[in-house]
Amino acid sequence: MGTDLGLLRVATAGSVDDGKSTLIGRLLLDSKAIFEDQLEAVEATSKAKGHDHTDLALLTDGLRSEREQGITIDVAYRYFATPKRKFILADTPGHAQYTRNMVTGASTADLGLVLVDARHGLTEQSRRHTVLLSLLQVPHVALVVNKMDLVGYDQGVFETIEKDFRDFTDRLGVPEISAFPISALIGDNVVEPSEETPWFEGGSLLAHLETVASVRGREGGSAGARFPVQYVIRPQTGEHRDYRGYAGRVEGGTFEVGQEVVVLPSGMRSTIAGIDTLGQEHERATTSQSVVLRLAGDIDVSRGDLVADVEHPPAVTRELTATVCWMATGALHSRQKLLLKHTTRTVRAIVDGVNAKVDINTLDRDGSAEELGLNEIGTVSLRLSQPVVVDPYREQRVTGSFILIDPATGGTVGAGMIEGTHGLEYSI
Amino acid sequence: MPAAPPAALTHLDVLESESIHIIREVAAELERPVLMFSGGKDSIVMLRLAERAFAPARIPFGLLQVDTGFDFPEVLATRDRWVERLGIELHVASVEQAIADGIVVDDGKTSRNRLQIGTLLHAIEERGYTAAFGGGRRDEEKARAKERIYSHRDDFGQWDPKNQRPELWSLYNGRIHEGEHMRVFPLSNWTELDIWQYIAREELDIPEIYYSHRRRVFERDGMLLSESEHNPLRPGEEVTERQVRFRTVGDLTLTGCVDSDASTVKQIIDEISVARLTERGATRGDDRFSEAAMEDRKKEGYF
Repeated sequence: MGTDLGLLRVATAGSVDDGKSTLIGRLLLDSKAIFEDQLEAVEATSKAKGHDHTDLALLTDGLRSEREQGITIDVAYRYFATPKRKFILADTPGHAQYTRNMVTGASTADLGLVLVDARHGLTEQSRRHTVLLSLLQVPHVALVVNKMDLVGYDQGVFETIEKDFRDFTDRLGVPEISAFPISALIGDNVVEPSEETPWFEGGSLLAHLETVASVRGREGGSAGARFPVQYVIRPQTGEHRDYRGYAGRVEGGTFEVGQEVVVLPSGMRSTIAGIDTLGQEHERATTSQSVVLRLAGDIDVSRGDLVADVEHPPAVTRELTATVCWMATGALHSRQKLLLKHTTRTVRAIVDGVNAKVDINTLDRDGSAEELGLNEIGTVSLRLSQPVVVDPYREQRVTGSFILIDPATGGTVGAGMIEGTHGLEYSI
Repeated sequence: MPAAPPAALTHLDVLESESIHIIREVAAELERPVLMFSGGKDSIVMLRLAERAFAPARIPFGLLQVDTGFDFPEVLATRDRWVERLGIELHVASVEQAIADGIVVDDGKTSRNRLQIGTLLHAIEERGYTAAFGGGRRDEEKARAKERIYSHRDDFGQWDPKNQRPELWSLYNGRIHEGEHMRVFPLSNWTELDIWQYIAREELDIPEIYYSHRRRVFERDGMLLSESEHNPLRPGEEVTERQVRFRTVGDLTLTGCVDSDASTVKQIIDEISVARLTERGATRGDDRFSEAAMEDRKKEGYF
C-alpha cells in the first residue's frame, strides 16, 4: 500500500444514450472489478432480452423498475480499485427530472465525468450537467468524448467538441478541465492509451483518475481549521471519571495540541489539551480524521457547536443567502417554514424570499422568479431561529452546505450552498 | 498534469473516519439505536468502529441478534467474547421463539433467513428501536448498491427504493415519525477487500470458520454445505471431508463454504484479491431465488 493515494470520488454525467453505463461497465471490467457470477447474470439477462451483445449497463441498473424501463432512476454507487487508488463512482441518472439525484451524486465528488457522444457534440443535457458540476464546485471536471470509433477517430471532431466545452466552462468559471477521446465499447483510451488516436497525448482516462488530487487530500478548502462537535464523550467509569471530550470530524485544516481555538457560536476561547482516538493520543489531527478533542479549562461545549482556529474563524449568523436546489413536488415560496440542517446543528428556518432563479442551461439568473419548483435551482434568503456557524460554499464545502427538511413529512426537500451572510452577530 | 500531493490518510483511514462520523450522528440524533449483529466479519468491524466512535466511553447502545436457531457455534462463541470484552448489552430475538409465539409461520418451505424478517421487525417494534445499524455494504448486491446510508423504513418496516431521501454531502436526515425507524449502513462504501484489510490492521477477533479448516460437507445446488442435524441429506447427496473456509456467515442451512487453504488473514486477502466470484454468488443460497431476491426481501423489511 506504499502508493495508496486514498479514495477518489467520481460522479458521472451525460445524456441517456451517451454510453455512460457502458463506460462504467468498461472501467469495472478492465480493472477486474466484475466477478464471474455478476457477468454471467448480466449475460443471461441480455440473452433473455434478445440482445446480440452483453449489455454492460445491466451491471449498474440494479432495481427491478430500472430494468423494466431500461433507464437509471436512482444514484448507484460502484467500487473499483487499481494498485494506485480506490474509487467510489456515483452513477447518476441522465434524465432531466432527476436533477436532484445528479446533485446528490455530485455533492461528494472530487471529479465529474461529462460524457458526450462524438457524433452529436454538446447537448443541452451535457451543458446542464456541467452547470450543476460548476454550481456544486466539483474540483475537477473531465470531458469524455465517447464513440470516437463511429467518427473514424477524427481529431477535428474531438477538438471541436473540446473547444465548445472549454468556451462553455470558461463562462461558468470551472477551473480544471481535462478531455479524452474514447470508445467505451472498444476500450480506446479508457484503461490503455489507444493506437487509433496517435494525435492525442493525454494518456488514458484511468491514468488521469489515478493521479488527480482528491478533495480530502487537499486539506478541505481554503477556510481555516473546522471541527463541528458531534457528541460529548463523558465516560461514567472509574478509570475516566473526569474525562470530557468532544467527538467530531476535522472538516478543514489541522488541529494541534497546544493550539488556541475558539468555540462558536459562544465565542469562548480555549486551547487544545489533547487529541484522542481509541487507546492512542495524537499530537495533531488533520482534515477528514474522526477524533476526540479535549479542551483546556472548564467551558460549556455541546453538539452543534464548532471548534475553529482563532486566526480564520467562520461567520456566526441568523441570516443566509444561498443557492438552493429544490427537491420537492410542492414549490418553495416566501414565508415557508422549514428545518435547516447544517453540520451538526438543526434549526428552524423561514424563507424570506426567492431572489432569483438559475437557468441551469446557461447559469443566467432570472430576478423575477417568486417560487422554485421541483428540480429548480435559485438564490434564496433564509432567516433562522438560532445562529449557525458558516463559511461560503466556495471556500468550504462542509461548513458551506446545508439541507432543508420538511417539518411535516420529515423528508429532505432542498440542498443549499451558502453564498453570503447578513447581520453578522459575532466576529473576532 | 501536476502530480497529486501525497495524501495524509490511506483509503482505510478515510473509510473508517466516515463510518465513525455516521455512527456518532445516529447516536446523537436518534433516541434508541441498536446494532444488528450476526457475528460475521462485517458486524465485527461495525463493533470496532462503534468502539472507536465513543472511546474512552462505552458504546451507548446495545446489540440485537436475530437467532435463526441454525447459527454456527463458532460464531456464537466469538459473539460472546466481544460482548464480554465491551460490556455491551445483547438482546437475542429468536426465530424459534417467534414461530412458537405465532409471530412468523414456519410452513416447512420458507427459509429461516426469510423468517428473520418478521422476527426482526417484531423485535424492533417491541423494544422501541428507532435506528438499527447494519453491516450491509453496497458492493454486496445490486439492490444494496442503490440504498442510502440512512435507509428510511415505514411503520411496516418497508423500504421504498423509488422514494428515498436524497443524501447530500455528509448531512444525514434521521427524522422519523412514530412507528418508523431508520436502518443505517455505515459500511456502505466499504468492499469485501476493505473489510479484510481492516481486520488485518486492527487484528480483530473473528469466528474461526473464516479460516481454512477440515469440515464434513456435501454439495447442493452447486454449493458446499456443512453437515448438520439441521441439514438433512437429500437423495444422492454424499458427505465428504474437505479443506474449506467460509466467506460469509449466516444460517448454516444456506451458507456455503469454499475450498481454501487460506489460514491467516493475509492469505485470505491474497485469496479474495484474485477471486472471480462475489461472496454472495459463491456462498449464499438466499440470493439465488430470483434476479431481484434481495430487493424483494429488503422491501419487506430485511436488513
